[in-house]
Amino acid sequence: MSISNEILLALPELSLLSMACLVLVVDAFSKDPDHRITYWLTQISLAIVFLLVFTSIPDEPRLAFHNSFIDDAMSSVLKCFICAITIIVFLYSYEYLKENKLMKGEYFVLGLFAVLGMMIMSSAYSLLSIYLGLELMSLSMYAMVAMNRKSAAASEAAMKYFILGALASGMLLYGISMIYGLTSSIQFTEIAAISMTSVENSRFLVFGMIFMIIGIAFKLGAAPFHMWVPDVYQGAPTSVTLFISTAPKLAAFAMAIRILVDGLFPLVADWQSILMVLAVLSMAIGNIVAISQTNIKRMLAYSTIAHVGYLFLGLIAGTINGFAGSMFYIISYALMSMGTFGMIILLGRYEFEAKNLEDFKGLSGRSPWFAFIMMCLMFSMAGVPPFLGFWSKWFVLKELVASGYFALAAVSVVFSIIGAYYYLRIVKLMYFDKPDKMTAIKATKQMRAVLTANGLLILVLGLLPNSLMQICLTALAH
Amino acid sequence: MEAIYQFINQQLLMPMSAMMFPADLQAEGLYLMQTSLKVMAILSPVLFTVAYFTYAERKIIGFIQGRIGPNRVGFFGFKLWGLGQPIADAVKLIVKEIVIPSGANKTLFVIAPIVSLAPSLAAWAVVPFDDTKVLADINAGLLYILALTSLAVYGVIIAGWASNSKYAFLGAIRSAAQIVAYEIAMGFALVGVLVAAGSLNLGDIVMAQSGSVFHWFWLPLLPLFLIYFISGVAETNRAPFDVAEGESEIVAGFHVEYGGMAFSVFFMAEYANMVLISVLSAIMFLGGWLSPLQGILPESVLSSEVIGSLIGPGLHWLLIKTSIFMFFFLWLRATFPRYRYDQIMRLGWKVFIPITIVWLVVVSALVVAGVPPWFD
Amino acid sequence: MIELIVFYIFGALLLGAATMVVVMRNPVHAALFLVLAFFCSAAIWLLLQAEFLAIALVLVYVGAVMVLFLFVVMMLDINMVTIREGFARYLPFGLFVAILMFLVMGLVVSSDYFLSDAFSTFSHVREGYSNTQHLGQTLYTEYLYQFEIAGAILLVAIVAAISLSMSKAKVTKAPNPGDQVTVKKQDRLRIVKMDAEGKE
Repeated sequence: MSISNEILLALPELSLLSMACLVLVVDAFSKDPDHRITYWLTQISLAIVFLLVFTSIPDEPRLAFHNSFIDDAMSSVLKCFICAITIIVFLYSYEYLKENKLMKGEYFVLGLFAVLGMMIMSSAYSLLSIYLGLELMSLSMYAMVAMNRKSAAASEAAMKYFILGALASGMLLYGISMIYGLTSSIQFTEIAAISMTSVENSRFLVFGMIFMIIGIAFKLGAAPFHMWVPDVYQGAPTSVTLFISTAPKLAAFAMAIRILVDGLFPLVADWQSILMVLAVLSMAIGNIVAISQTNIKRMLAYSTIAHVGYLFLGLIAGTINGFAGSMFYIISYALMSMGTFGMIILLGRYEFEAKNLEDFKGLSGRSPWFAFIMMCLMFSMAGVPPFLGFWSKWFVLKELVASGYFALAAVSVVFSIIGAYYYLRIVKLMYFDKPDKMTAIKATKQMRAVLTANGLLILVLGLLPNSLMQICLTALAH
Repeated sequence: MEAIYQFINQQLLMPMSAMMFPADLQAEGLYLMQTSLKVMAILSPVLFTVAYFTYAERKIIGFIQGRIGPNRVGFFGFKLWGLGQPIADAVKLIVKEIVIPSGANKTLFVIAPIVSLAPSLAAWAVVPFDDTKVLADINAGLLYILALTSLAVYGVIIAGWASNSKYAFLGAIRSAAQIVAYEIAMGFALVGVLVAAGSLNLGDIVMAQSGSVFHWFWLPLLPLFLIYFISGVAETNRAPFDVAEGESEIVAGFHVEYGGMAFSVFFMAEYANMVLISVLSAIMFLGGWLSPLQGILPESVLSSEVIGSLIGPGLHWLLIKTSIFMFFFLWLRATFPRYRYDQIMRLGWKVFIPITIVWLVVVSALVVAGVPPWFD
Repeated sequence: MIELIVFYIFGALLLGAATMVVVMRNPVHAALFLVLAFFCSAAIWLLLQAEFLAIALVLVYVGAVMVLFLFVVMMLDINMVTIREGFARYLPFGLFVAILMFLVMGLVVSSDYFLSDAFSTFSHVREGYSNTQHLGQTLYTEYLYQFEIAGAILLVAIVAAISLSMSKAKVTKAPNPGDQVTVKKQDRLRIVKMDAEGKE
């Protein structure tokens, strides 16, 4: 393939990069304290990239740049979702930053670069591209977490995130170097081919793979590598927490699929057993510790850990349907998490954050409509039919059972019942408790409309789960 | 030259290595001794130059300021325009006591001057004196130079920290920030040279400039040439960038606590660095040993036996070009007042680095387009 | 033969320096030993005829990174007592994990697979081969995509560092020399006519 064709394949990435640079320069010269131009340019660039990806979803996977870049259905679908989710995230963020006087143009620039990193991760087809995409994403995230310099909690969160993230990158690199040493390649198809043939080396491949799984688990926030998640979720500005808990998860999922399925599928039996431990631990720690939390951001952090456990279940199943189930799970999780954090932003005001569970008391009295949306979100998180969250658990468990992991499926069902407790507690607080204060909700029309749409989407997709599942299945078909 | 070398090699080194080394290490031993001899042959003139550079500085600045400069110390009762001054100075510094301040870190305090002198001498290993005379003809000569000049800062930092003195530490911090800032511009300027010459070998870089005075790189790389030399002045902490010493502000900066020979090693390092920067500027931008008459006079005249050795390419042209740059160092010092610290930072980061980056693009375009007379 | 001697000298120095980095109590000394360790590894790389990597190591790590590092470390007043607090308390657990890791890794690494004759011996490169040129060619063709991403990462690092460390431009009281030169008498001095005040 000629170089111009290869560049065309990476056109979305390239246009995002150039738009990000443009936004950076424009923001440096704009004097507007609200950074309106920066914000709108950011949104426009994301929309352009979304359209570019959406209009060129390929049927056959196409490789470029010496096979280190892949353009296939999975990467395109994930990129579409990443862009769409980020557009909404930035919409919420813009309100939040303005309200809390944290507005900085760099927030959007770094956000765009983080999206670029996620897109690179989604279509990376060599270990080096994956690593670089991960670093690009993480570096932007660290800075975004630390953006509120007045807050000690934010600085602490950023520090923890940075140090543990660097450690995770180190682990990943160590694993990569082991794999490279054994297969003398960093390209996934070659690694798969070599690890298929060399059985006598598989012990050493597993040795390298373990380090890579640790890296992945760190980034996804799976137990026992979850220590950073609650602190970062709590300390970071809510809009950043919102961002961290949505789009990057999709990228991390792509990373897991590329490494474990595209690269190391011959070692499937080995990574299944490792993931099983991680999954059970994540579900247990996430669901049980979440019960004792009083801070809602912290509670949602533990809920993330639990959800990552469920995500792993689909991978453990080890079939195309299982992977599609995982993809369904992570997309629906991102949508739910986006709505929930959007709700926290909606309820907050300047120098006040709806950070405690108590702040949700009697929401139905203050705003019946948003109480209803929040109820949809919580039911969905808990996995109550007919909401989206139910179907995501359903698909994953179905595949797990189909692959014969009955005990694991049973354990995960038990934990999801335990988990339902703390989600439903919020519903109870909203509907059956009296509010402390009857302050009105102060939010723009845009924000209200998008949040409403977000909540309804959970409900609608819950009623029509097959459409999304079909997308996931075609994405992973090859 | 060649005959003398052969004589020493055969009459002195070969028998010596036969005596000192076991039979299976003969070749290595000989090589080791030859190299040591070459190193000495390069470094003794360099150190001699350094000594008389100080004399030249005092004389020239004296002349610029309407004074006479040192004119008393001579040899055997003759004053000889004060030519004995550097030697008298050296004797004075050697016999003085080295005071190590209480609370200073002894080891580092002693190591610092050595660390500061060593890189500026080691860099001479790759300097080509003409198309055959170079100690180490390595591929990555330019990178080697860049790496070694970046080490000069360690002497300053270590001295400033080990002295356990506020003035010294302030000087060290100023100098470190300044050197880091200007090193980037300097590195980019060298990248420009690399792009233009298509080689990292200093000998090849000189050969790429052959043709005439207008083929030398000072013309196509004019901004990089100026920036390289000015950054070189900043890197050596010379006026007008001498905030690291800043006599009037922080007494003498990083070497305020040093006396005697320890101080003079710092002094030598500064002057050796200046000589090095001058010779590198001559090699990379003024065509090294190439003759400026090339292209004007026919080749046959330049390569002829008698006249050719005088006006043809050779070591003497390199020395003349180097002296011009060395004179610039002194001229700058006599002419300009000291820069303010924030102005130094602004010049380095906001002016030089952008210009070098832009000019890199220009040079690359020129090379790709093959613009005559330089890149055809 | 000489190569072997040089290798062992620098290898021993490298190991010694690396140990001192960990053991030294004074962080400045530790940083300086790290510089030494970089130098020794650069020398070993030179022995392997990887001159570009060797010089780049000195240029980047010793010449730039460690200078900034030292810069910061020298200005900090690190209290080693507080750092070492709880050392004894965590030691047993740390030792346990370390030994466990050592055993597991030992199991893998001690196998036949990593015996030295399993690796091809180092061969000298041919005359006229330029390490730098080869690296450049590979970097800008085969690894073009990754190279560009690395560029984006550095850009993000700059943006992040500036946005985190730069506070709003302070109002400086520095006078503008241009204004001072062009100032007129009328700008500074106002002569007011007023009647003399009578005695109270």
